[in-house]
Amino acid sequence: MSAVIENHHDDHHHGPAKGLTRWLYTTNHKDIGTLYLWFSFAMFLIGGAMAMVIRAELFQPGMQIVEPEFYNQMITLHGLIMIFGGVMPAFVGLANWLVPMMIGAPDMALPRMNNLSFWILPFAFFILLSSLFMEGGAPNFGWTFYAPLSTTYAPPSVTFFIFSVHIMGASSIMGAINVVVTIMNMRAPGVGLMKMPLFVWSWLITAYLLIAVMPVLAGAVTMMLMDIHFGTSFFNAAGGGDPVLFQHIFWFFGHPEVYIMILPAFGIVSHIIETFSRKQLFGYSSMVWAMLSIAILSFVVWAHHMFTVGLPLAAELFFMWATMLIAVPTGVKVFNWIATMFRGSITFETPMLFACAFVVLFTLGGFSGLMLAITPADFQYHDTYFVVAHFHYVLVPGAIFSIMAAVYYWIPKWCGNMYDERLGKLHFWLSFIGVNVTFFPQHFIGLAGMPRRYPDYALQFADWNMVSTVGAFLFGVSQLLFLFIVVKTVMGGKKATDQVWEGARGLEWTVASPAPYHTFTTPPKID
Amino acid sequence: MSTQNYYVPDQSRFPIFMAVSLFLLVMGASSTINNLGDADNNSVYILYAGFLSLFTTLFFWFRQVVKEHLAGLDSNQLKTSYVYGMAWFIFSEVMFFAAFFGALFYVRNFAVPWLGGVGEKGIGVAALDLWDGFESAWPLIETPDKGAAYKDTGFTSMSWPGFNEKALTWLPLYNTIVLLSSSLTVHHAHLGLKKGNRKQFNVWLGITVTLALIFVGLQAAEYYEAYTHYGLTLNSGIYGSTFFMLTGFHGFHVMMGGIMLAVMLARSVFAGHFEDHDHFGFEAASWYWHFVDVVWVMLFLFVYIL
Repeated sequence: MSAVIENHHDDHHHGPAKGLTRWLYTTNHKDIGTLYLWFSFAMFLIGGAMAMVIRAELFQPGMQIVEPEFYNQMITLHGLIMIFGGVMPAFVGLANWLVPMMIGAPDMALPRMNNLSFWILPFAFFILLSSLFMEGGAPNFGWTFYAPLSTTYAPPSVTFFIFSVHIMGASSIMGAINVVVTIMNMRAPGVGLMKMPLFVWSWLITAYLLIAVMPVLAGAVTMMLMDIHFGTSFFNAAGGGDPVLFQHIFWFFGHPEVYIMILPAFGIVSHIIETFSRKQLFGYSSMVWAMLSIAILSFVVWAHHMFTVGLPLAAELFFMWATMLIAVPTGVKVFNWIATMFRGSITFETPMLFACAFVVLFTLGGFSGLMLAITPADFQYHDTYFVVAHFHYVLVPGAIFSIMAAVYYWIPKWCGNMYDERLGKLHFWLSFIGVNVTFFPQHFIGLAGMPRRYPDYALQFADWNMVSTVGAFLFGVSQLLFLFIVVKTVMGGKKATDQVWEGARGLEWTVASPAPYHTFTTPPKID
Repeated sequence: MSTQNYYVPDQSRFPIFMAVSLFLLVMGASSTINNLGDADNNSVYILYAGFLSLFTTLFFWFRQVVKEHLAGLDSNQLKTSYVYGMAWFIFSEVMFFAAFFGALFYVRNFAVPWLGGVGEKGIGVAALDLWDGFESAWPLIETPDKGAAYKDTGFTSMSWPGFNEKALTWLPLYNTIVLLSSSLTVHHAHLGLKKGNRKQFNVWLGITVTLALIFVGLQAAEYYEAYTHYGLTLNSGIYGSTFFMLTGFHGFHVMMGGIMLAVMLARSVFAGHFEDHDHFGFEAASWYWHFVDVVWVMLFLFVYIL
């Protein structure tokens, strides 16, 4: 028997190990959460830099600064990095930090696998980014990698892309299994399912979606690999396959993936609105049921991404109505947030500003989604900038604002210091203005017919593109302010109290600020 | 639901070693595949290094978990974590197979008939006249460049030949018998273990592992037949694609399950592991085994019979 095992009880009262190995070998959910959050921040900045390249090219009509081939690589990597490297790891990082503290667990259920889930990611994104320097360039087929662009006409680096997606998927599946097991098995006595904080609920449902669809993505890229290198005909009509089959499989993964990126945001926003309205959340159980309905519906709406590929009429009608149904549970959530604020004693600290902006702007993105769900109208909107505006509204002031709100809301608990409220508000307003100036005009140019994924456009779209680019750079630069604020808060600042926020409720606010390295090694008492 | 004494392991080197192994594995695999046919290409050694370090890490990681268990560090609650973890892992595997079954259903019910001009969406496609000699029928085994070579084999498909003398030499039938019985034998071994009958456990688990080997052998024979006598390969149209990918991934999972069961057998025979009330390592492997069995039943039904 090794000495490590015998000593383990003494070690538990120790703090973190020293040096680099703390981060390499850690099994602590807070360390791993921190790793995830910084990793996603780095990816956010890299993916953001790519967005700046895209917007700079589109500042004026005509070819300005990059080659079309490179432009295509930028849009592809921007999408992949922001989704798989930015938003998803950020939510997993938040889950790591918060879920064990919220349910009174000593750590995640499977701590070593937790570390593995994280450390796969830097390697996966190293592979993906290194493809930029390979012969033929990085993947250039858009983040949806439709066949045959990603098979017959793909650059050689597609093989590296396929395998990096494989290990990213493995990381996500392991992370999701860990979250499910933690929530199902590690709740302190008294934390019943319907007493769980909504962030925990949102992650339980998200983790279920991840386990269900990441393997389907693995199947899709495996078929691509076989088609490219081993002569199968999955996506090749000449051998009896069908390129549309790729789209079906991809979107069967892709649509639940969209909700994977928004459900945790719902949880976060519910907590923040509740706290800063100093009221109990309105309609807790309807919030839970709404999230469950959204998750279940997300499996039967995938073909609304494919209305123009030539689906049978019955399929178009089914997917249109199924998609519209999602507006019902989503509406329940939005009304509940507003009802929570109603007659609340509201203050607008930075997290609340981001949360309010989330409610308004996410709803706006939801409405443009309803427009896109109408099959006949979608024939006009499909693959235009209207679609780009729609999903950026739900992802940037949706998912990303919620992540920023979460950082401002919980960072006093993480590092024991308050952030600079004045700078936080400045960051919010710059981001809020930047995001709207960037994406609102894209509705107009999209409705006017400007297609997405082209480095050049007709003169009639010039004015709004220029406005959009100005907004994009404003938004991009203000994220450096965010980086500064976070670093400043980690380094020092006003000491935070244990409860931090006057209206804050939940187990994580009962422990000290900063949270001790190990919390709840014995389960807390829940009334 | 008490969290008292839930075992949270200390720092561990296994995860980072595993991540590096996966990195080597996928880098090696990508470069090898991209340079297939290039004799001077050495990237396959990165792939080998990846496999080697992956298996080494897995071995020591599992050994550590077993040691911790034998040292009594884990509680019933940790066992529950493993139980849930394994169950959800198997569910993720189900979804992986669902992607390939979905592809099969889609091409059989939609893509191939549409290519033949069936239905409102088929008419336009059929007018394109895909290539000379294209026929929209199942099994669809021809491609424009490879199709002609298979014409004279008289081969139709790997499907059920009907009630005639060919049925007796139809390998999938034997495969089904072998795999279904192996599910029963592993269950019988489990019953033995629960009764505390070590001999029953070892013998019936040994029989199960043997049946797993027989299945893999029969499957290899079937592939050999397909490639050499029938001319059915990965290149044989969408039928070849779905046939080999579904049976291939299933066969790969049978091998993994067989290795798991063999490890459990070795643990029982050589180290005397497992108690009548405490044997989740074995139980997890047997769940996995039942899972590959169920996948086979689906395969038998949808790939071979229908």
